[in-house]
Formats: sequence, structure tokens, C-alpha cells
Amino acid sequence: MSAAPILALQWSDWLDLFMHYLAFSMMSVGGAITTLPEMHRYLIDQQYWLSDAQFNASIAIAQSAPGPNILFVALMGWNIGMNAGGMPTALLGVLLAMAGILLPSSTLAYLAARWGHENPQLRAVRAFKQGMSPIVIALLIATGWILASTHRNPITDWPLWLLTAFTALIIWRSKIHLLWLLAAGAVLGAFGLV
Amino acid sequence: MSDRPQPSSPADLFFSFTWLALQGFGGVLAIVQQELVVRKRWLTQEEFVEEWAVAQIMPGPNVVNLCLMIGGRYFGLRGALAALAGMLTVPLVLVLLLALAYAQYGSRPDVVGALRGMGAVAAGLIIAIGFRLFDALKTNLLGLPVSIALGSACFIGVVLLRWPQAYVLLGLGAVGCLLAYRKLKP
Repeated sequence: MSAAPILALQWSDWLDLFMHYLAFSMMSVGGAITTLPEMHRYLIDQQYWLSDAQFNASIAIAQSAPGPNILFVALMGWNIGMNAGGMPTALLGVLLAMAGILLPSSTLAYLAARWGHENPQLRAVRAFKQGMSPIVIALLIATGWILASTHRNPITDWPLWLLTAFTALIIWRSKIHLLWLLAAGAVLGAFGLV
Repeated sequence: MSDRPQPSSPADLFFSFTWLALQGFGGVLAIVQQELVVRKRWLTQEEFVEEWAVAQIMPGPNVVNLCLMIGGRYFGLRGALAALAGMLTVPLVLVLLLALAYAQYGSRPDVVGALRGMGAVAAGLIIAIGFRLFDALKTNLLGLPVSIALGSACFIGVVLLRWPQAYVLLGLGAVGCLLAYRKLKP
């Protein structure tokens, strides 16, 4: 565990952070999580604005909290700002990192979707929708599978697998509200049953 | 589209996306499907898959792209921004509070256990939604066998061979789109 660095950031540093997140935004085909290696290289190896522990905690908290996982970017900005002084700089860090990661890709996605909705009869648009469907559906199942299997030993962690399989079956076959299942999972976990 | 349920206002979009984002432990995508397709029926299964295909292939966080597109369907730019703000505002405040709390309670075994249990449930949800969306492939013009072959290749590439998702998406996606394009002879 490395200690959190203490920083004195200039305006040029904040601008540099913002510009880098603009670039990460355009690189993140397949989700922002795919640019994690680049973010690590930039924030830690190159600038040393975050400790490894802060970097990992940012991801872990965003993954386990409700809300989109992209909020790990907000937490990185938050931690950099905390290292550079306190609450005000932390909020500046959140703002710059989130604006950077969102602006280019969101603009592009919005314009592309609008163009697609205005031209639904085009052969290329129809081919894209039909051709991509099987792949994105399989990708979803693959994502669930990877989530279920990270850091888990099948011999000791079989109750977790069972819980995942049981959840999948219930949701597939019934309309029960997910929050009940999440609460059940939390209780089972808190008492050490899974 | 007029006889279908749809959001009543940008504010409706804001609150709907806030509510579904707050249910999304470990990811929001599956909740979007559950809430907007199964419960509210704003989108059909097929429409959801189409929107999501675009959201995936574009750079940027996928669920953010998806919520912009769904919001934009109804109220243009205002709808897109309302959906985006709903998805991010409250969860952002919450995650910052959690970051402060995590420093204090993050190492307690019951907290770690509860998070692990919720993670297992979230994984099950995502797999279930994948199986549910499978129905949308029955009307795909590639036909079920080709769809299953492409899907299996994708699963093998990502899960067993651990190739980067972006390459699998772009590579197999190009194959799927080309096959569909040829079938769609004008």
C-alpha cells in the first residue's frame, strides 16, 4: 500500500487532466472500463496524482455502489482533488474528469442515434442493427459470466455461483422486483453464508 | 408509436432514470431493460437491442450512450439531457458519500460479505437479461443458426480467450453487418 501523494496542482495540470479525459472518452469503444490501463499509466506512472490503493478503491466503490460504473471516473477526480487540497479541489476534479469522459462520446452517440432514427430505411442502418444484435446479446451474457467468476475459487465459492444461477433463473422466469433479490444477496453475504 | 406507453415529460425521464440507476448495483444496463422494456414498455425487445448495439459500438460509457439515445427518442436534446442528468446526479452524490464512508467501514467483514452477495445477484441479473433478449433473435434476418454461431464466437472470444471486448465487438460486428447487408439486397 502506497501512501496518497500530496499535490500542488496548477491550472495547467487541471487542463492537462481534462484534455486527457477527453482523449479517454474517444478511446473507450466497448465501455470506459476498457481504458483503465491508459488511465493507470497516465494518473499513476506518469503524473503520480493517485496511489494504487486510491485507484483500485475508486473502481471497487463505483462497481459496488448503485448507479452507472462510469462514476469510477468521478471518484478518480475526487481523489486527485483530495490529494491536492480538499473538498473544493475534489469537486473541481470530479467536474473536469466527468465532463472530459462524457462530452466527446456523448455528443457523438447522440448525433449518430439521431441520424439513425431519421434514416431507418437505409440498407446500411438496417444491416447494422440486424448484424450487431447477436453479438451484443452474447456480450451481455459474457459480461455476466465474467462478473460471476472474478477472483472466485469454484471449490470454496460454489454458494456464490449457486446464488448467481438461482438469481438468473428467477429473473428470467418471473417478474419479481430485483431489489428483493439484492437485499437477499446482501443478507446472505453479511452473515457469511455465501 | 402513439398507442404505446411513453414518458410523459422530460421530468418523467429524469425520475425514471434516477430510479433505475439507483437499483443498478454492479451496472445499470440490465435494469434499463427490466424497467423500460418489461415494466414501462416504452421500448420493445427489438428496439432495445438496436439502441444498445449503437450504444456499444460508439465510444464512451455504454449506459450513458444508451440513456442519451432513449431520452432523445422522445424529447430530442431536452429528453437526452434529462435522462443523462437523472442517470448521473443522485448516484454521483451517493458514490461520493460512499467514498467517504468506505474509508471508515470498508474493511468490516459483514460489509465485504454483503457487497459480495449483491455482486453475485447482479451477475445473475445480467445473465438472465441476456437470455431474455435472446428472444429478439428469433426475428433476426440472419436466421437463428447464424445468430447463435456469431453469439457463441463472441462468448468464446471474450470469456475463454479473454480477447479485449472492443476487438471482438468490432471484428465479429463487421462480419455480422456484412452478412446482414448482403441479405438485404435492395
